[in-house]
Amino acid sequence: MAQRVAIVGTGQTDHKSHRPDVSQREMIHEAVTRALKDCELSIKDIDAIIIGNMDHFESINYVDTWSVEGSGGVMKPIIKISTGGTTGASLAIGAYYYVASGMFDKVLAIGWEKNSESDTTSAIVTCSDPVWDRFSYSGAIPSLASEASAYMEQYGATQEDAARVAVRDRKNAMNNPHAHLRRPMSLEDVMNSPMLAYPIKLGDVCPRSDGACAVVLAADGVAQKITPKPAWFIASSVRHTYTWFGDSTNYNEGLVSLQRASSEAYERVGIKNPSEELDVAELYLPYTYAGLKYIEALGFCGPGEGARFVGDGHTEMDGKIPVNPSGGVISTNCIGATALLRVAEAAIQIMGKGDKRQVPDANLALATGFGGCFWSDVVILSGDRP
Amino acid sequence: MAQWLENVEPLTLKGQIAVPYTWWVGDTGSRFLNAVRHEEKIWGTRCETCDAVFVPPKKNCGRCFSSLDQWVEVGTEGMVTAYTIVRFDHPMHPVKGPFAYALIQLDGADVGLLHLITEDLDKLTNGVRVKARFKEKSQRTGHILDIENFQII
Amino acid sequence: MDNIAIVGIAQTKYERRKKDKTYLDLVYEMTTAALDDAGLTINDIDSVVTVSNDFLDGRTISGMAVGDAAGAYDKNISTVEGDGTFGAFYGAMRVLGGAGTTLVVAHSKGSEGDIKTVTNAMFDPIYQRHLGIEGITSSAIQANAYMHKYGITEEELAAVSVKNHANAMNNPHAQLPLDLTLGDVMDSEMISDPLKKLDCSPVSDGAAAIIIADEEQAKKAKKPPVWIKGFAHCADEYLLGDRDLADPRALREAAEKAFAMAGIDEPMGGIDVVELYDAFSYMEPLWLEGMGFCAPGKGAQLLLDGITAMDGTLPVNPSGGVLSAHAVLVAGLARIVEVVEQLRGTAGARQVKGAKTGLAHGINGPCGQSHCVWILSKEMRG
Repeated sequence: MAQRVAIVGTGQTDHKSHRPDVSQREMIHEAVTRALKDCELSIKDIDAIIIGNMDHFESINYVDTWSVEGSGGVMKPIIKISTGGTTGASLAIGAYYYVASGMFDKVLAIGWEKNSESDTTSAIVTCSDPVWDRFSYSGAIPSLASEASAYMEQYGATQEDAARVAVRDRKNAMNNPHAHLRRPMSLEDVMNSPMLAYPIKLGDVCPRSDGACAVVLAADGVAQKITPKPAWFIASSVRHTYTWFGDSTNYNEGLVSLQRASSEAYERVGIKNPSEELDVAELYLPYTYAGLKYIEALGFCGPGEGARFVGDGHTEMDGKIPVNPSGGVISTNCIGATALLRVAEAAIQIMGKGDKRQVPDANLALATGFGGCFWSDVVILSGDRP
Repeated sequence: MAQWLENVEPLTLKGQIAVPYTWWVGDTGSRFLNAVRHEEKIWGTRCETCDAVFVPPKKNCGRCFSSLDQWVEVGTEGMVTAYTIVRFDHPMHPVKGPFAYALIQLDGADVGLLHLITEDLDKLTNGVRVKARFKEKSQRTGHILDIENFQII
Repeated sequence: MDNIAIVGIAQTKYERRKKDKTYLDLVYEMTTAALDDAGLTINDIDSVVTVSNDFLDGRTISGMAVGDAAGAYDKNISTVEGDGTFGAFYGAMRVLGGAGTTLVVAHSKGSEGDIKTVTNAMFDPIYQRHLGIEGITSSAIQANAYMHKYGITEEELAAVSVKNHANAMNNPHAQLPLDLTLGDVMDSEMISDPLKKLDCSPVSDGAAAIIIADEEQAKKAKKPPVWIKGFAHCADEYLLGDRDLADPRALREAAEKAFAMAGIDEPMGGIDVVELYDAFSYMEPLWLEGMGFCAPGKGAQLLLDGITAMDGTLPVNPSGGVLSAHAVLVAGLARIVEVVEQLRGTAGARQVKGAKTGLAHGINGPCGQSHCVWILSKEMRG
C-alpha cells in the first residue's frame, strides 16, 4: 500500500542574477541547510535525496554524484531527475514516490540552477533535435512568442492584458524576501520595455537567476512529528506530451498538456470548480501571456476568458484564487529549482509559513510546472491528511 | 545490421554544441587559488568534528555537513597515494604523454589532491614523495594549473 | 515492502556503431519488445521512466527526444539521468507508490560523441576537469590504489577479462565475444597504467527496457514474473582524492541493505548468479568484495579458485559483463535483464543451471562512486 506523504519543510536561497560568492555545490548547501532548519532536522535524518537541474546550464555530468558534499548525499541514496523546465515538479514527484513506496521515511528534493554561469540560449537550443528542429528553433522566447500571437489572434487579447500578469507577480514579489526581482513594475513599465520577439517584451518574461530550493518530504506518521501542519501531497499528474516542436503548435487547442494533467489531478481529489475550491495557486508562468492562457487550461475560467478573469482581479492576493503570492517565475527563474519553488511555495502557504505573502487559511493549494516542449506538471497539496 | 550496410558510410550531420561557461569559484575557492597564484602557498580547511583537513578547501564538510571556517596552511610537499601513467594523447590533456595523474596527500592534509607528474616517471611508485612546482609568476592566472606539476624528490 | 516484479524485458545487440538506427529507434524497439515480452500493450503501461544523459546525447532535456518512442503520450513520465539500475530503482518506487505498471527504458549511442570528453565533464570544473582526467584514467588510479593495497597482480585481473570475454561467446547480444589467453590480455596495448586495452570495456551503442508491475498485475504476466526481493543504492564522497578508492564502502552499504531486505544472511550461498558492472577488469573482484562475497582483498582469489567461473558455485557475469558490451546507462539495466533471463531459465547457452536467486548491479559517477544493488528471485518475498 502506498504511504501518505507530506511536505514538512522547505528552504531556498535568496535568488540573484549572480552568486559569485559561492560555487554551485556551496549554493546547494545553503538551500539544504535552510530546509533542514525549517523542519528542525539534521542531514543525518534524511534517508534519500533526489536532485535536479538542467545539465547544459552548468556543464556538470552526473550531477547526483558530483553534488554530494553540498546536497548531503555522502553515504546516502541519491539520484538525479531532469526534465527540462518541469524538473522541479519531477523532483517533488520523485521524492513523493520514494516516500510513498514505504522504503524511505524522509526524503529531500533539491532543485538548483546557476544560470549566470552559461549562455542560457545556446544551452537551451540544444534541446531541439539537431536534424529536424534545431535550425529553426532559436530558444524559448520565439516559441512562446508564436503561442502568444496565436492566442491574441484567437481571442482578441491585448499586450496590456498580458502585462497585468507581470504587474501582479512583481507586486507580489515585494512580499517575498527570497525573490530575485523585487522592484514593482507598472503597466507602462511593461509596455515600454524593449520588444524581444513580438508580442513578448522584456517586461513580459522571466529573468535568469542563480538559486536553489530544497524540500523535505516525510511519510505519514513521521510527518506529524516534525511539523504541526504538514502539506499533504494529494495528487500529482504529469503530461510531457510532445517530442517535436512541430507537434506542439496547435495553439488554438489551448495548453493541452496542462488540460490533461490538471483534469487527472482534479479528478483524483474531486475538484470540480478549481477557482472556487482552490485557496491558492503557484503557477509556472514563464511569461505573461501564459498567465492568461494557462489558467484556462486549469479550468479557472473558460476558453478565451483569461484576460477578463485576470483583469477583474480574481487572481490578486485578495481575489478568489490568488496566483503566485511568491512573485512567480516572472520574478525568479533558476530553472532547475523553479518548478520545485512552485511546490515549495504552495507548501509554505499550507503550512502557514508565508509571512507577508501568506494567503489566510490556505488549505488547498495547486502548483504547476512547465517546460520542454509545452509540457505540464500538476501537484495538489492539502492541509488535510488524505 | 543488414549486410549491405556494413560497407556503406551514411551521410552524417556533424554538430557541435558551443556553450561557453564561466564558473564562479566562490569565496572559499578564491582564497585557495589566490594563495596559489600570489604566494605559492597551499591552503586547506579543517573540520573540527571529523578531524580532517581538506585540500582544496571546502566551505562545508561533506561528511558531517557543518560549515568550515578553520583555515590551515598545508605543505607544498606530500606523498603519492595512487597514480596512473597515461599512455595516450587527447586534446584535453594539458601536456603530451606519457605523463601521470597522481593523488597527492600533502603534508598536513587528510585527503588527496589530484594533479600531474610529468618527469622521472620511472621513479614513480605508491608512497613516493613529491613537491609542487609552480609556474612562473607571470604565467599564473588563479587556476589549478598555476601549480605546473609535482616533482619527485 | 509489497511484492513487485519484473514482467517484461528487452535489450538490443550491443555494437560499436549502430549506423542504421537513431537512439529514438532503439528506444521504440526496446519499448515494443519489452511490451511484447510481457504480453502487454502500451495502454497497459501507467507510468514511464526514461533513462538518458544530456552529454551523451548532446541534448539538454535529453528525455524529450525519446518521449514518443517510449510511449509517453498522455502518461505520467519522468527521466532519470544515471545508470539504468538507478532509473529502474525509481521506476520501482513508482510502482510501490501506486503509480501502476511502469516501463523503464535506457539508451545510449557512444558512437555519436567522444566518450572521453563526456566523462571528463563528470569531474569538478574548478579543480580537476582541466587536468584532462576522464573515465579511463580515473579508473586506472583506482586500479592502482586497489592493487597496491592488497598486492594484486595484473595477471590476476587479466584472468577476469579472459573469463568474461569467453562467457560473451554464449551471449548473442554481446559486442565482444573473444577467445583470449592471459598472454593476449597482458600483451594488449597499455592505455593508462595498469589498464591495458583488454582490461577496458568497449564503447557501445545499445538500449534496454524492463517493465515492473505490482503483485496483482504480475500474477497475470505472460511469463513467470521475477520478483524484487531486495534493493538499495548508496553514494560515496565525490572529489577524487576524498575517499579511499580501494574501499567500496558505498557498495557495502547498499549490498547490506539489499541482502537484509531479501532475508539473506550470507551472500555466498544465498545467491546463484551475479551480473555486476565490470567496466574494467579490476572492478569485478573489487565489487565482489564490496558485496560481501569474500573478505577485502580476496576478490581475485574467487576466480583463481574457480568459484566465479561458469562452472563454479557462483558464476559471475555469464553474459560477458560490461567488459563485453558497454552502452553507458544501459549497461546496468542490461545486468538486470540478464539476471531475469537467468531466473526465467531462458538464458540459453549462458544459463546457470537452477538459478533461483540472482544479484544485478550498476554503478554511477567516477570510479564507482555510487552503487545500486538488486536481488531478484523466482520466489516472492515473505
